[in-house]
Amino acid sequence: MSLRRTGATAWRVLEQLRRDPRTVAMIVVVPLVLMLLLRYAFDSEPLLFQHIAPILMAIFPFVLMFVITSVAMLRERTSGTLERLLAMPIAKLDLLVGYGLAFGAVTIIQVVLVLAFVLGPLGVSISGSVFVLGLFAVLDALLGMALGLCLSALARTEFQAVQLLPAVVFPQLLVCGLFAPRGQMAGVLQGLADVFPLTYAVDGVTRAAASTAWTGGLVEDLVIVAACIPLALGLGALTLQRRTR
Amino acid sequence: MMNSVEVEGLNVTRGGLRVLTDLTLSVGEGTVTGLLGPSGSGKTTLIRAIVGVQRIESGSVRVLGLPAGVADLRHRVGYLTQAPSVYRDLTVRENLRYFAGVLGVGATRVDQVIADVSLGGEAGARVDRLSGGQQSRVSLATALLGDPSVLVLDEPTVGLDPVLREELWSLFHRLGASGVTLLISSHVMEEATRCERLLLLRAGRLLADDTPDELLRQTGESDMDAAFLHLVRGSGVVA
Repeated sequence: MSLRRTGATAWRVLEQLRRDPRTVAMIVVVPLVLMLLLRYAFDSEPLLFQHIAPILMAIFPFVLMFVITSVAMLRERTSGTLERLLAMPIAKLDLLVGYGLAFGAVTIIQVVLVLAFVLGPLGVSISGSVFVLGLFAVLDALLGMALGLCLSALARTEFQAVQLLPAVVFPQLLVCGLFAPRGQMAGVLQGLADVFPLTYAVDGVTRAAASTAWTGGLVEDLVIVAACIPLALGLGALTLQRRTR
Repeated sequence: MMNSVEVEGLNVTRGGLRVLTDLTLSVGEGTVTGLLGPSGSGKTTLIRAIVGVQRIESGSVRVLGLPAGVADLRHRVGYLTQAPSVYRDLTVRENLRYFAGVLGVGATRVDQVIADVSLGGEAGARVDRLSGGQQSRVSLATALLGDPSVLVLDEPTVGLDPVLREELWSLFHRLGASGVTLLISSHVMEEATRCERLLLLRAGRLLADDTPDELLRQTGESDMDAAFLHLVRGSGVVA
């Protein structure tokens, strides 16, 4: 790996984003609009919204980053630029980490805005630390990004890339504890939830919002989510083949 | 003379179809060699094998004495894909700056290659606003960026007007004269006369490996189109 190549890649991805203000606007505005919608969907049950808002703080950036990066990587493949880059002296991780840095910077802006919006105008109050909640939200977005980069290798066309969302993200959403407490689900689903990274992301934000205490559960969530990011990037590097058929 | 590219007994199958069959050929150092053949004859697959991005079944491909595609070669081989492989949403200069960052070459080299492909006036324009011919020249500039010893160009002059074609061919010859080895694929036979040596592919097999003059003499034809037809029809291989 090389700092220069990773940095050049991150800068190039940011330049591409700068030329695509609509995508940037969507990354930043869509989570805010969804939060607003939800706030009024639970208009008569403000306590429930208090409980759900932090969870969605993990899920919205995760889903959005997953979709954006899987499409970005597919574009790199179909435009032939991936083949060109792999014929050049660049490490696969230069490319993936470069993407990670660029999208990570955007993610931080996104999370700061959502946090400010939810805790300010939407009137959610948390007992935990805002910083730790924000840290989890950023890590969850990076996890979505890393999974998107990794799994985009499975998609050969745009249609397939879009289908990755229901195929890969929805199952994680369904068993992560958002719709039903994990303790009440069938045993098989509990086992499934235990191996899905999103479960730990959601558990982490819930704990972070509930208390400032660094409990063992919170540390475990943080470590698992943080470890899944390089793991997914590493798997992503394995899917980038310099030689193709 | 040394050979920059040596292909021996190369077999490649793609999607269950045999694309290259027992191909043996070489490209001399510092020569401008044309790779000709009808569409579907395996030109692009051979080029991909030389660059090291094609999975091969058997045989060997060596470039500058090393197995094709090894890390040491990625600095020394320039590759132009058939379709322009640059970022369409970035400007010409932004594209080249990025690839310059990857290759570790400076900003002056960026300006130099932009001038080499006559895109000085378009350097600040987004690639997707450019014409097809301009886009393929951005791609060519990228291939030139790292000062490669071997340049492998897949149809670099497609869609260009005669003036630009002329400019690019004189650039190729300048590069050749400075010691760069160029392998240039084309299906325009008229361009064949500009090469020092020709490799003629058909149905994944090497049909001829000779100088343009020698090919004309052997076939008794007066132009390359006719010589090519002569060879293709006379070979007895069914395409």
